[in-house]
Amino acid sequence: MSNALRLYRRFLGISLRAQMEYRASFLMQSLGNFLITGVEFLLIWALYDRFGQVPGWSLAEVALLYGLVNTSFPIAEVLSYGFDAFGSTVKAGEFDRVLLRPRSLVLQLIGQRLALKNVGRFLQGLAVLSFALSGLSFDWSAAKVLLILLALVGGVALFFGLIVLQATLAFWTTESLEVMNTMTYGGAETAQFPLSIYPAWLRTFFIFVVPLGCVTYLPVLAVLDRPAPAGLPDAALLFAPGVAFVFLAVALRAFQFGVGHYTSTGS
Amino acid sequence: MKAYAAILSARFRTLLQYRAAALAGLACQVFFGLVRVAIYGAFYALSSGPQPMCFAEVVTYIWLGQGLLRMIPMSVDGEVRAMIQSGSVAYELTRPLDLYGLWFTRSVAGLSAPVLLRCLPLFLFAGIFMGMQPPSSWEAALACAAATCCGLLLSAAMVTLLTITLLWTVAGDGITRLALITVWTFSGIVMPLPLFPEWLQPVLKILPFRGLMDTPFRLYLGHIPPGEALPFFLHQLAWTLALVALGRWLLSRGMRRLVVQGG
Amino acid sequence: MPQIVVEGLGKQYRVAERKAGTLGALGGLFRRNYCMVDALKGVSFNIERGEVVGYIGPNGAGKSTTVKVLAGILVPDAGRCEVNGRVPWRERIEHVRRIGVVFGQRTQLWWDLPVIESFELLRDIYRVEEAAYRKTLDELVTRLNLGAILDTPVRQLSLGQRMRCDLAASLLHAPELLFLDEPTIGLDAVAKLAVRDFLRELNHAHGVTVLLTTHDMDDIEALCSRVMVIGEGRILSDGTLDGLRAQVSSERRLIVDLERENGSFEQDGVTVERREGHRVFLRFDPRKVPAAELIGRIASRHAVRDLFVENLPIEEIIRRLYERIPA
Ligand SMILES: Nc1ncnc2c1ncn2[C@@H]1O[C@H](COP(=O)(O)OP(=O)(O)O)[C@@H](O)[C@H]1O
Ligand SMILES: [Mg+2]
Repeated sequence: MSNALRLYRRFLGISLRAQMEYRASFLMQSLGNFLITGVEFLLIWALYDRFGQVPGWSLAEVALLYGLVNTSFPIAEVLSYGFDAFGSTVKAGEFDRVLLRPRSLVLQLIGQRLALKNVGRFLQGLAVLSFALSGLSFDWSAAKVLLILLALVGGVALFFGLIVLQATLAFWTTESLEVMNTMTYGGAETAQFPLSIYPAWLRTFFIFVVPLGCVTYLPVLAVLDRPAPAGLPDAALLFAPGVAFVFLAVALRAFQFGVGHYTSTGS
Repeated sequence: MKAYAAILSARFRTLLQYRAAALAGLACQVFFGLVRVAIYGAFYALSSGPQPMCFAEVVTYIWLGQGLLRMIPMSVDGEVRAMIQSGSVAYELTRPLDLYGLWFTRSVAGLSAPVLLRCLPLFLFAGIFMGMQPPSSWEAALACAAATCCGLLLSAAMVTLLTITLLWTVAGDGITRLALITVWTFSGIVMPLPLFPEWLQPVLKILPFRGLMDTPFRLYLGHIPPGEALPFFLHQLAWTLALVALGRWLLSRGMRRLVVQGG
Repeated sequence: MPQIVVEGLGKQYRVAERKAGTLGALGGLFRRNYCMVDALKGVSFNIERGEVVGYIGPNGAGKSTTVKVLAGILVPDAGRCEVNGRVPWRERIEHVRRIGVVFGQRTQLWWDLPVIESFELLRDIYRVEEAAYRKTLDELVTRLNLGAILDTPVRQLSLGQRMRCDLAASLLHAPELLFLDEPTIGLDAVAKLAVRDFLRELNHAHGVTVLLTTHDMDDIEALCSRVMVIGEGRILSDGTLDGLRAQVSSERRLIVDLERENGSFEQDGVTVERREGHRVFLRFDPRKVPAAELIGRIASRHAVRDLFVENLPIEEIIRRLYERIPA
């Protein structure tokens, strides 16, 4: 374990130095990412500006959803670069090297690079989250703090799982499925709104298939002391973030399964 | 000219091979079309005052956008980027072709191949099941088609320009991503431009991004009568020419740099 | 028990067939034909501890595929494969801890890092004890002459330097088994010699088992006590170099330098390969015409300045062997 940590630190050091070598580019990237979220927020704001509020949701409450998504998504992105770029790793035959090392594949892929450019987004998400939490007047309790933390960690697990699933496809097709990116980004975009605005089938999709709602909408309902959506017991709200870990476990299993179908590249 | 046609067709064939990508892309586009329609549906349901577009128009606008989604610059040409990063771009100079023309042609193919493949099934689906309206008139349809072609050239000019900037920032995703998100936002794909705040409208009118999606879509909807389309075409073409000129100038400078460096 | 046991190994790759033309490409969107490429069709062999085995065959014969299966990178479709009593892909981590692999075409080092940092990273990855690492590193640096390039980033190394570093990198954890896939490809003569010398010493001093694929027959002659030939995914021959030679042809070559340029050599069992000025290259089969007899006959008939007998060059043997592989 301590060796694993040491190794991870070493990987991090290397990745930092590599990113610093192209310093101008790195700064541009971070700035770019920061501005991207700014633009996203502008869009949401424009929507609210024109139409007023979503029924039953104050701006602070929606900000809580937005904050949760935009805090956990960038953390997942920082960690998952190796999976995010996995398609090109496989195409270049570089995964051979990973397989030749006596270490867990997940550790090596996480260590491949720490995508620090996402820090800007993280800070912004954190700011919105604290704005939401300070603006909301609800009864604080230890359980609620725990639930929010759990939702955050669950969110990281969920987005990480999505990116792992995307990586898994690379074992079967060399086509660049950048559309999977739209899935993760689009998912993040979707989860920024309360699920109640979506038609029933979409709600079901985001709770049971790609359980984004389980780490945003449902725990937020519990924090705000609201009833569960029809068909779900109230207790389900508390356990919802756990679903994300199941999702991640399934995604990792799928990845392991894919490794058995890795075909390398002809040399 | 023949050389460019050959490049166009070769590139087209390569892109057509990506079947899984095409199918997955189509599914994604449909899915997020549904999500967007749902979001606007919710907002429209509770708005009382008059809006610049009615909901049916927004739905049509969204589906048009999903159909032509890939015509928006999404990324720079991956192969050219790899060439620049590995330094082998210098070999491109040995080809008896105008480099700008080559990259521009590649961009045109890369932007149009996925659209040609996906827009028809998507429009059929949206028209039958999702309430996408037909064009407001034959003239509107023609004008929209013409504007889409101009939009394609404009888009290719943007992609090529972004590709060229890679000559300066080797590992640079930075500028490209920032530029792409700007294009993305102000083209109308995420949110129909008429729905942006009023005070932003004059700026949006001048910016080139409107020419990618908003102009053809509003011609389609009849927001812009075909008879008044001329200034909009001129807007698209003027920006295209400007971006091409800028791209050519940058490329010639970038190449000189490259040659000096490579020694 | 042998260190490597391979039995009836089979591996197929699925390759998409591409149709010509835009219409064909369009059609490919709806119906796509795949064809299966049989890279390995029942490959079997054993390798004992301490052997140095050459693994040769034409391009696309399946050499790299075999090495990748043995290294635990690929999972075969059929057959059995055990290395040190382990199934490589099933116990990947335990397995790769004990092997070293070098792919000549591709570096295992971190492109942007100075060599020494790649080495330190590998030390941590393989959990090598500091003392053992120091000792191994010193030895490798001396023997591969790496002292001057340790602080250079890998991307700035020449091919020969990079290959030496790659070799060192694959040996830092003192593996008992080394797989080399075309380690001398693209190297100049001096660099090749250095690599060969090093490998020979490594095998002698540490008893490391080596499986080596190469297209350079000098590598084989210099290093390998045993050669396996693969073609079209099957092992065609397995044995010593001399055995291989005997299997393909027992022919020898007689080179004669004449005083004058002309002279006829028409007789049974001898063919004239070519002439270069005063020099004539003859090929004969010693089982039909014993060398001594042939030399006597030629010396009596022609004014001979010099003459010598040699084996067919190994390249020639290999060429003939490859020609027998049905394409
Ligand atoms: N990753 C791959 N995908 C598809 N086909 C492959 C792949 N790797 C190798 N092949 C094919 O399998 C055969 C054997 O390849 P390989 O083992 O690399 O041969 P060698 O190393 O002897 O040149 C060749 O026909 C090659 O084209
Ligand atoms: Mg090979």
